[in-house]
This record gives sequence, C-alpha cells and structure tokens, in this order.
Amino acid sequence: MELDAKTPSGALTEAWDNHKFEMKLVAPHNKRKFEIIIIGSGLAGASAAATLGELGYHVKVFTYHDSPRRAHSIAAQGGINAAKNYHGDGDSIWRLFYDTVKGGDYRSREANVYRLAQVSVDIIDQCVAQGVPFAREYGGLLDNRSFGGAQVSRTFYARGQTGQQLLLGAYQALMRQVHLGSVELYTRSELLDIVVVDGRTAGVVVRDLLTGEVASHAAHATVLGTGGYSNAFYLSTNAKACNVTAIWRAHRKGALFANPCYTQIHPTCIPQSDETQSKLTLMSESLRNDGRIWVPENPGDTRRPDQIPENERDYYLERRYPAFGNLVPRDVASRNAKRMIDEKRGVGPLGNGVYLDFADSIARLGQATIAERYGNLFDIYERITGEDPYTVPMRIYPAPHYTMGGLWVDYHLQTTIPGLYAIGEANFSDHGANRLGASALMQGLADGYFVLPYTIGDYLAPLLGSEPVPTDHPAFKQAEAEVADRTRQLLSVRGTRTVDWFHRELGKIMWDYCGMSRSRAGLEKAMSEIPALRADFERDVRVLGSDETLNQSLERALRVTDFFELAELMCRDALEREESCGGHFREEHQTDDGEALRDDAHFANVAAWGWTGPRSQPVKHVEPLEFANVALSQRSYK
Amino acid sequence: MDLTLRVWRQSGPDAEGGLATYEARAVKEEMSFLEMLDMVNERLVVAGDEPIAFEHDCREGICGSCGMMINGQPHGPQRGTATCQLHLRSFHDGDTVVVEPWRASGFPIVKDLVVDRSAFDRIIEAGGYVTVSTGSAPDANLIPIPKETADLAMDAAACIGCGACVAACPNGAGQLFTAAKLTHLNLLPQGQAERYQRTEAMVDTMEDYFGSCTNMGECSTACPKGIALDTIALMNRDYARAKFRNRRS
Repeated sequence: MELDAKTPSGALTEAWDNHKFEMKLVAPHNKRKFEIIIIGSGLAGASAAATLGELGYHVKVFTYHDSPRRAHSIAAQGGINAAKNYHGDGDSIWRLFYDTVKGGDYRSREANVYRLAQVSVDIIDQCVAQGVPFAREYGGLLDNRSFGGAQVSRTFYARGQTGQQLLLGAYQALMRQVHLGSVELYTRSELLDIVVVDGRTAGVVVRDLLTGEVASHAAHATVLGTGGYSNAFYLSTNAKACNVTAIWRAHRKGALFANPCYTQIHPTCIPQSDETQSKLTLMSESLRNDGRIWVPENPGDTRRPDQIPENERDYYLERRYPAFGNLVPRDVASRNAKRMIDEKRGVGPLGNGVYLDFADSIARLGQATIAERYGNLFDIYERITGEDPYTVPMRIYPAPHYTMGGLWVDYHLQTTIPGLYAIGEANFSDHGANRLGASALMQGLADGYFVLPYTIGDYLAPLLGSEPVPTDHPAFKQAEAEVADRTRQLLSVRGTRTVDWFHRELGKIMWDYCGMSRSRAGLEKAMSEIPALRADFERDVRVLGSDETLNQSLERALRVTDFFELAELMCRDALEREESCGGHFREEHQTDDGEALRDDAHFANVAAWGWTGPRSQPVKHVEPLEFANVALSQRSYK
Repeated sequence: MDLTLRVWRQSGPDAEGGLATYEARAVKEEMSFLEMLDMVNERLVVAGDEPIAFEHDCREGICGSCGMMINGQPHGPQRGTATCQLHLRSFHDGDTVVVEPWRASGFPIVKDLVVDRSAFDRIIEAGGYVTVSTGSAPDANLIPIPKETADLAMDAAACIGCGACVAACPNGAGQLFTAAKLTHLNLLPQGQAERYQRTEAMVDTMEDYFGSCTNMGECSTACPKGIALDTIALMNRDYARAKFRNRRS
C-alpha cells in the first residue's frame, strides 16, 4: 500500500493556511445534514465534539465513563506548551516546532509538527476565554514555567491540575452543545467494533455498560479520541480503564497502526511499593524545574539521605548534561535513572528509586513558594508514601505513561479507512519517538479545536445529499453478532484465574522485554511468551456474572483480549526497528557513552502495520520521513 | 493486618440490598483502600462469588469517579482525600470497616457501591460554561486578571465532581458542587456576561434533583478538594440578584 500523507506542498510556514483555503467546505446550512460520531470525551474528543457542534454538525459522543469529565486527560498535571513568547525569552513558533521535532528524535512529520506549533497560540486564547484559571503573575498576566527538552519558558499551567482545568473547559463547551441539542451524549457506552461498508466507515457498535445492550450507530464520519495504550504494561500512570480497544478494533478493520513500539516511560513517578499495587502515580515533570535528582555515589549505600554528605552524592543529570541538567527530555532522564538502579545505586526500601531533592530550592525560594508551585503534588506524594517531601527528598522512578504510537493518520488526521479519524493520543502523528512534556495537552486540543473541524469538512463536502448507511445493513448486524459472541465466549470459559491476573502477567512480560530498554533476544522471548499466555487466558480466565447488567470484570476481559494482540505487535515493531530513537532504546544500538543511536539511513520513517488476521503475521508499510527544514543530528543535551 | 469489611451489596437499581461481610486478611498498610478492594474482589472471583462493583479510574484523586461511605464518612477518615488516595495506614489491625454507596435521592444506586451522578452533568449543562465558540477568542493576555481573583477561581474550579458533598449532607443537597462551578466562573471577567442567567439556570436545575441547604457545612468538611463553604454564600447572593435582574416585565 502506498501511504499518502497528503502533506501540502510549498513553504512550511504557509502550508496550513494555504491548505485551509484549498480544502472543500460544507456550507453552514448544510452542516446539520451530517452525522458525526466521536468516541471518547477527553481533551481531543470533547474539544472536537464541542467545536463540530458549534459549527452545526449533528454529533454523537460516546464515553464509557459516567460523565465526560472523567476522561484521563483530567490527570495531566504540569502544563500546556504554546509559542506565545509572553516572556520575551526567544520563543517562537519556529522554535517550538524545532524543539518538538528534535525532542521526538526526528521521527515525526515536519508539516504536522509545524501546524501544531502554529495553533498552539490559539489554544491558550480559547482556553482563557472559556475561563480556564491559568496561573497568573501579580500584574494579572499569564505566568509560564519551563519544561524538559526546552530552554524557554512556554508552559502555561493551572497549579498542578492543568489537565483537569483544560478538560473541564472542553467538557463545559461540550455540555453547552448538549444543551443546545447539537451534541447527543451517550455515557457508560463502550465501543466494541467499527463498521466499514464499501471501503468507508459506516459507524460503530457500542455496548451499554449498564444493560449490556449492543447497539449500532451510523454516521457520515467517525472520530476516535480514545487515548493511548500504556496499560499494555498493566502498571502505568494511566487510569485503570484506559485501553486500546477502539483503535485496535479499527486496526482489525483495516486502519494501519503506526510505530506501536514508541512508548514513553515517564521519569518522575512514585516507585512501586508492593506486588499488589494497581497503578503508578506520576509526579509532574515540572518538579524537575526546582528539584535536583541524585543518587549516592557508592553502590549499596543505605544511609538516610540527610546522612549522605554532599560530596558523596551524584547529581548525575547535572554531571552528564550540563546544558539541560535536570531538564533533559523524558527518555534521557528515564534511561539514566534505570542506569543508576542497575548500578545498585537506587534508593528507598526496595532500592527502586532515585532522589528528587527540593532542599536547595526551599533554601533559595522559601517553603511558601515551593508550596505554591507544587503543593498539591507534595500532598499526593505524602498520602501515598507517608513521607514529607518538604523535609525528605522524594523518591522517583520511571513508569509507562504515554504512547507516541497509534493509528496512522494523514495530514487530515484521517486513518487509512476513509471517514475514520484519530485524534489526540490515539493517533501517531506529532511526537515522533518521544513526546516533550506539556505537549500532550497541546496536541489533544490542537487536533480537536483547530485541525479536525477544518479537515473533516473536506471529506464530508462531496457526501452532501447521501444518508448514512442504515443500521439494519447486514454489516452492522454481523458486527453486533460478533460482539455478542465475544462477550458470551468470555463468560462461558469459567476458568480458574482472574482477568487481572492475566493482565499483570502480560504487563510483566512487556515491562521486562519491551520497556525502557529492549534487545533482540528479549523481544523474541516476549513474542513466544505472549501467545502462550493468551492461549492460557482463552482457556482459563474466569469472568463471573452476566452480560445483562453492569459487569466490570467482563469490561476488563474484553479490553485485555485486545491488549494481548497489541502487545505482540509492539514487540514486533520494536524488533524490526533496528535502531534506538527517543523512547525506543535497543541495547544493540547505542553510542559509546550509552546514548540512543539512530540509523537515519534505514529508519527515518514511519512503520505502519496492517492487520492480516488473528495469529497471522502483520504486514509492514513504510512512510519515509523527509526533513527539509530541520537538520538531522545526534540529539545532544550536554 | 486483617480487616473485616461490611460491604453494601445490591444487584441492581430496584433490587433489595444489604450488608455482606468479607474478611480482608493479610493486607498491608502501604496498600490503598481500593487496592484492598481489588484483592478482596480477586479472592471473591476465585471463590466463585461475583466481585463488588465500585467506581474508580485515575486512582490519583482527580477524576472524581471513586467515592464510597467508609464508616459513615464520605471517602473515609482522612480529610482532603478521595477514596482512591486513602491508604490502609489510616486503619488498625482488626478494625471492622463498613462500606456503603453514596446515599442521596439525587444519586440513585446502580449496583453495589456504584451510583448514578448524572444530575451533576445536567447542572453543568444548564449553564456551567462561558459561551465562546472555538476560534472567536481574543489574545489571552488582553484581559489581565488579578492574581488573587485567579487564585480564588482556581480554588473553586478544583472540584472533581465526586459527589461527596451531597453524600455528606443530611439533606442530600447539591449546593457545594453547584456553588463551586458558579464561583469559578462568576469571579472571572470572562464569566460576567452570562453571570446571572447562569446562576439562575444552574440553581434551578440543582433544585430539580437535590435537597435543600440548611448550612450544616458537612459538605465542605467532606470535600476531598477543600471547596470552601463561602462559595455557597456567593451563589446565594448571585441567585438573589439574578432573580431581580433576570425578571421579565
């Protein structure tokens, strides 16, 4: 298959503006004749739904939560980037573009990233107008902080709850449209299949989580804003319900899945305390602005941190990367932490952490300032660990957090199935092999507020006058029957082990062999263990209850089923990408001092995988990446 | 440590419910309360019993999904803490812990510990927003907002919509939730144009679902985000003004 990214020609700086003019339009009075389905109500889904509703389209939004406000975007802490240059420190759209391409280790599309940087400034305007209470200076203007991978202050924030405030802004805009009748909201409804008729997306099959009823919905276009797949690792910073099902089902129906091995391991999470832990908690990367990361100089040093003198501490990021210090990008920070643990210099009861120490900042700025900046994060930390980070250094360790891979989309955010779009974390488009901090919120809102509402019109305009495929079409009926079969099948196994047991086992395999560092031998081992575990799951899982009431075990079982298939693809992609780049670190490919070693001659490309059937080898399509504006170089943060 | 749990089990909205006893043996004080429920549930499944249904998602105190009455207190004994952030170090070996769903007529029980909080969405839908369509916003720094105002708005905007305020209230009132959103938007310059329409619409919708406020203050004490009681005073003042300003001649 020839992948056409539909990247506009011409100068990068004018591409999006020119393209907006070239795209077909749907006239205002015709928009109400189009039905659009949106799956997911996070930043991307809610902002898209609100905007499309405002434009006059008829929109249906589905979420498995009881309210759209619960989506996991709400948990993002640190901030949102925008090239406003409000602080006159040399920021610009070009610099944000450049930092993002470089931060992604030169594995993203230039045109997409430039557009992202361009609309970043509009996002801040929009959110402020909605009443998002961003942090302000005493003069009343907006405050900024700096984040990893950047040497300017361009991150807007609302205490440590930026994601919450941005999501509530989008949620409120969405609820305004619900009130006006342009958006219909379906809560506690989970997508279980995508329906394709004559090569176009006809609609979706959803399951009502309260009654188990399986129903079809048809539309002219369908948009997936269903987030990422970090929960393939079981333990991650994602919410418990985050899953891959929507994009995986789309993949099984023909949408290519791009760069599944690009996963981000976030450097500042609270270390695991115990086997029974159900999820990992992130501490915002913004903490690295004022916290200094260190470990004891000597392996096996078990003294309390306050008893380790200054000259026996190793501030390893400041030592190795003097220019960026504690603010190196996430992948670099995470790998260095792993190296310290591997050298037996880890701290804490299980030796599985490194210190993030605020003593110097508290001495310099006072405890009140630190409390103002990070108070809620310090509270979270204390609740979980029982330790007071104002007096004892925090312990942190990397954890799976975000997935840069996702459904392949073109410049219009359209997947390889016409009429099916993927936005936000669900697509692969903008972050390359590593996402910079405070860029996820930016991308989710860019896609939903400022990109999709333009590009979707180009697809819909020629369809004027056509009706959606009726839901009694045999393709819908067949998909409904398959969904019902899948649930019945899981309920009928009546094995001996719980769904969570299998998910934990799968997570262990993925973390050990497809986590922070990967090798050919490890990946091959994972690829032999995963199918065996999946076979056990199919034979021995125990899901109790019925499919006609709320059944949370059944919901989880359906999601884990798809994680099994995804996990294999992640390993295959990691195996075939014979280089290290960003979050993908292959032990065979590193520089003499242990940094990621790219192979631009062979891998300056996107690997987009096609489904060929269960237990059958997927087929890889390659989209070459061209860099006309940014020179490819070995990333250096030294 | 060992705990004895008395958990409300109810198979559906119209079914009769009751407390069932479960032993949570060999749990650790580092575990969160929900991790303990996970463990109990896994043991129930292995034993052939249907697991306890409860809502949860982010498990870091921000999504507002979780919430249960723990020994009669919403979210349990620790102040300023959602259920998911409660750890077993707040309990003692041998304790009996009673776990029930939110109890309020505005939150009908769905199953076990799960309730229907969609009334909150209806309140927001009635006016909890600023009317500003995408793309129509002026530059973000055009309107300076005093830091103090922005901070007060943020204090109120921190509400996670969990419903503990309603569950704590002897009247099952929804004032604190409604007042938090009104305070957030009514304090900011961006929220002024619709201030009084918003207030009347949201308060009237609230009254359709929830009980009346008698200033008990239980809501604010139970709130995991510490939303202040004076937000309700601001709401009442704006509502009184709204009734005057919004009247049609």
